[in-house]
Amino acid sequence: MRYTQETCKILNISAIAPGVYNLILSAPRIAPAASAGQFVNIICDSYELRRPISICGFDAGLGILRLVFEVRGKGTAWLAQRQAGESLDLIGPLGHGFPLEDASKKAVLVGGGIGTPPLLPVAQFYGGNAAVITGFRSGNAAILQEDFQAAGARTVLCTDDGSAGFHGFTTQALEAYLKENRVDVVYTCGPKVMMKGVARLAAEAGAVCYVSMEERMGCGVGACLGCTCKTRDNNGEPHMTRVCLNGPVFLSTEVEFD
Amino acid sequence: MADMRVNLCGVELKNPVIAASGTFGYGMEYNEFYPVSRLGGISCKGTTLQERMGNPSPRIADTPAGILNSVGLQNPGVDAFLSTYLPWLRQQDTVVIANLAGHSVEEYCQMAERLDASDVDIVELNISCPNVKEGGVNFGTSCDMVSTVTSEVKKRCRKPLMVKLTPNVTSIGDIAAAAEAAGADCISLINTLTGMRIDIRTRRPILRNNTGGLSGPAVFPVAVRMVREVFKRVKVPVIGMGGISTWEDAAEMMIAGASAIQVGAANFRDPFAMVKIIEGLENFANEQKLSSITELTGTLMEWA
Repeated sequence: MRYTQETCKILNISAIAPGVYNLILSAPRIAPAASAGQFVNIICDSYELRRPISICGFDAGLGILRLVFEVRGKGTAWLAQRQAGESLDLIGPLGHGFPLEDASKKAVLVGGGIGTPPLLPVAQFYGGNAAVITGFRSGNAAILQEDFQAAGARTVLCTDDGSAGFHGFTTQALEAYLKENRVDVVYTCGPKVMMKGVARLAAEAGAVCYVSMEERMGCGVGACLGCTCKTRDNNGEPHMTRVCLNGPVFLSTEVEFD
Repeated sequence: MADMRVNLCGVELKNPVIAASGTFGYGMEYNEFYPVSRLGGISCKGTTLQERMGNPSPRIADTPAGILNSVGLQNPGVDAFLSTYLPWLRQQDTVVIANLAGHSVEEYCQMAERLDASDVDIVELNISCPNVKEGGVNFGTSCDMVSTVTSEVKKRCRKPLMVKLTPNVTSIGDIAAAAEAAGADCISLINTLTGMRIDIRTRRPILRNNTGGLSGPAVFPVAVRMVREVFKRVKVPVIGMGGISTWEDAAEMMIAGASAIQVGAANFRDPFAMVKIIEGLENFANEQKLSSITELTGTLMEWA
C-alpha cells in the first residue's frame, strides 16, 4: 500500500506573507514516506475536490509535515482559517518528486511565488552547493528566504516592482548567474512562462533541469486523468501525462510548455 | 449475516459495489490504498479502438457538491487494454467490466469482436460520453441509434452487454426500452450531465473543452429518479450510479430499483469510499434482517 489517508492534527498555522500560510501538521504516517517535490491532497470543508498542496518540509523522525500555501480560492481560504488543534484529512505523499543527484553537484533552484515552497527540501539537500533564485510581486510577498539561508544556500531575491532585491524576473537573474557560475542541475517551480524560460537557459548552459508542473487535479493518484500535461517521449511522440502520478516533477525536455 | 452477492446477467459479483468507468483507471492506483478485490467489480476507463490523447487541460473543475470534467476519453486503445491492463486486472479477483466508446457503429463492432475473444466478464457500452466531438453521447440520445448500436454489438459479442445511458435526453425510459429491445442484458445509468463553468475575470470557460460532465452528490437525486424510471420500464437489471457517496446513497439507489451500483467521483474525495459503502450496506442489510442484499432492489413504495 503505497498511499496513506491520514487525519492530521494542526500543530501550528500562521500567515507568513499576505495570503500565504505556513501550516505544520502532525503526520506520523505520511511524513516518514515523503520526499522533496511531492505533495499531499487535502479535504477542504465540503468542497468536492481535495486541494493539492506541495510539501515544503518533513521530519521523518518527528512525523511532522510542513506545508506553505497561498489562498487561491474558496478551498484554500477555508484552509487558511483553520486553527491549531483542528484536524485535516490528507492523502499522501503523492507524486514523483525532485530527483536529488549528488550533493556535491552545483544546483540552482528557481522559484516563482507560491512555486517556491517545494524547493526548500532540495536546498537542504544541496546546502552550500545550492543557489536559490526566487521571484515575487514585491518584497512583502517574499517567503522562505531565511529558511533557504539556514540551509546554507545562497539566495537571490527578485521582485517585479523592485521593492526588494533585484528588480526584475528570476530568468534575468538566472541568466546572469549562469554566466558566472558552472551549474550541473536546475530545479524550478512556478508559473509556466517562468519555467519555460528557466528550461531554455538551463539547456543553453548544459545543465539538467527539473520542472514541477501545476494543474487542476482530481483524484491525485493517477486514476481520473484530470490533471494531465502535454509531454513528448524520446521519439518526439506527444502524450497527455498525469501530473499527479508521473509528475508533478518532469525533466524540462519532456514537457511542452505551450 | 446477509448474503452480499448479486448476479448480473449470469455474472456473480461478491457485492453490488462497482467502480465507475473513468474514475478508477484500471484499478491499479486505488489498489495502493486497499486490495481492489474487496470490490464487486471494476468498470474500466472508457476504451476506444485507437489510442486517444483526450482533451487539453484544464479538464476538471470543482462545483457545488460536484465535479465538472472533460477528460475526453484519454486511453491507450482496446489492444493495449487487452494486452497491458486486463492481465493484471484478471488477477485481482473482482468482476472486470470493459467500457467501450466508439465514433461509429463499425468501431463499436470491431471492439466488441476483440472483447468477445477476451476474458472480460461484462461489456459496458458507453453511448453517453459528453466530452468527445463525435460519437459518444450522440449514440445515446436517439432510440434508433441506441437500438442499432446495441443490436450490432450484440451480434458480435457473446459477453453480457451493459448499456450505459446518458441523462441528457428527454425520455430516459424510452431510451432504456430501446436498449432492452435491441438485446441489452442490463442497463447502467446515469453518465454525467453536461455543464459549464466560467471564470468571470477572464470570461473564459474553466474547462479547456468549454463544457464538461457534471458528477458528484449534486446529481444524485436526478440519478435516483432516472434509475426509478428505467426500473419501471425494463425487465433487465439496472445498475444505478450518479453521485453515490455513502452507503445510505447506495441503499437508496437499490431501493429505487438498482441491482448493483457504481461509485465514481466519491473515490476522489475519499479513496476508501467504496470499502465504506460495502461495509455500510452489509451492516444495513443485517440490521434490516435481509437474507440477501438483493432483497432491497426496487422495493420503493411510491405514494399513490
